[in-house]
Amino acid sequence: MTEASENNIGIPARDAVAKPAPDDTPVDLEAAFRDSQVQEVLDKLDRELVGLKPVKTRIREIAALLLVDRLRRQLGLTTDTPTLHMSFTGNPGTGKTTVALRMAEILHRLGYVRQGHLVAVTRDDLVGQYIGHTAPKTKEVLKRAMGGVLFIDEAYYLYRPENERDYGQESIEILLQVMENNRDDLVVILAGYKDKMDRFFLSNPGMRSRIAHHLDFPDYAAEELMGIASLMLEQVQYRFSPQAEAAFQDYIRRRMRMPHFANARSIRNALDRARLRQANRLFARADGHLTKRDLMLLEPDDIVASRVFREGVPDEQRPDSAME
Amino acid sequence: MMTNHGSRITQGTFSFLPDLSDEQITKQIQYCLKNGWALNVEFTDDPHPRNTYWEMWGIPMFDIKDAAAILYETNQCRKAYPSHYIRLTAFDSTRGTESVKLSFIVNRPKNEPGFRLVRQEVEGRHVRYTLQSYAADQPEGERYR
Repeated sequence: MTEASENNIGIPARDAVAKPAPDDTPVDLEAAFRDSQVQEVLDKLDRELVGLKPVKTRIREIAALLLVDRLRRQLGLTTDTPTLHMSFTGNPGTGKTTVALRMAEILHRLGYVRQGHLVAVTRDDLVGQYIGHTAPKTKEVLKRAMGGVLFIDEAYYLYRPENERDYGQESIEILLQVMENNRDDLVVILAGYKDKMDRFFLSNPGMRSRIAHHLDFPDYAAEELMGIASLMLEQVQYRFSPQAEAAFQDYIRRRMRMPHFANARSIRNALDRARLRQANRLFARADGHLTKRDLMLLEPDDIVASRVFREGVPDEQRPDSAME
Repeated sequence: MMTNHGSRITQGTFSFLPDLSDEQITKQIQYCLKNGWALNVEFTDDPHPRNTYWEMWGIPMFDIKDAAAILYETNQCRKAYPSHYIRLTAFDSTRGTESVKLSFIVNRPKNEPGFRLVRQEVEGRHVRYTLQSYAADQPEGERYR
């Protein structure tokens, strides 16, 4: 809750004690919503993230809950700080990190986290190398994340059942403790692939029960990927020629059937390579008559040259699969 | 004299005021963080005014965004040393060294017995004066209960 928004609607600050109001006190949900400027963030989310229907719905729900909570507090009704720890599961490239970043911003606007920064960590940042090293390391990270959102990518690596002396368990215990006791201070978001996350929660029931929101990021459909591609190109000021667009649609359909398909990430890589080929093509032309338009336009040749078109052989059968 | 009436020691900022509440401490911390200062929790049970270097509770905390983290460490320190003096020190690095910008006590023992004046007679009937804390008569760790 920012100073400005409090003053605009003339309501007391978060921790001020409101006197009890009669039951028929009118409540202006609309005004509160406008003032929180959440709509702006949600619109941005809609504009910049293609698809992800269930995720957007849940974010809307959380925003609504926090807003209603805020109004309740203003009227002197008891509010229990809701648990907002989340787990994001989904295949590679489905937008987990991007959404986590947005989440920090949304929660900040709603006054749930005070600073609204995101601290992204992996196992390496939490778990130490020798006895007694883990606890300070984990606490350090937790302290840095306080007032914001702690994003733990590939959280399942924290727990290594095959090694019972692994320090990951210690890290999990500290995490659990802080998630419970310092609920007002930080929001923890765990992210990872669905099946591994499920196994992780199965072996850490305490973790599962402390996480209120389990969001599953669905894979993108072909049209959605095309939408993502246009957005990405727009950002770097390139565009497809009409034929190139058709070729890229074809590319997406072929690429999706191949293994190691990483949704939006694969699209980004494909576009990067297309830009590479475009640059090469421009050099090869060498007639010296380039225009600004040429520098921006991706032609079908830049896309069709991909090996996906050559044979569409599954990755693992090719020696250069690491290159994708 | 470094003692005021009631023998509360008065070192650092705010020390003539009643003890700060956690909420007030949080605001002070947030002010320090806003200025980009790193905070450190320090404790001691030797209240002598010339005891400048207190024990450090961990290392100074850099890269912290929110006061909750500092308060968390403060509370950890309070839990371990409930009747020691604990202070928060804010360091500013803009001049190339970590120089103290703000230092204030956030925890003190319930009973502060204060200081006695010690006179030492030296050559030529000169008298040297010094201060000695009553609490410091006890060995370290047993001074405040």
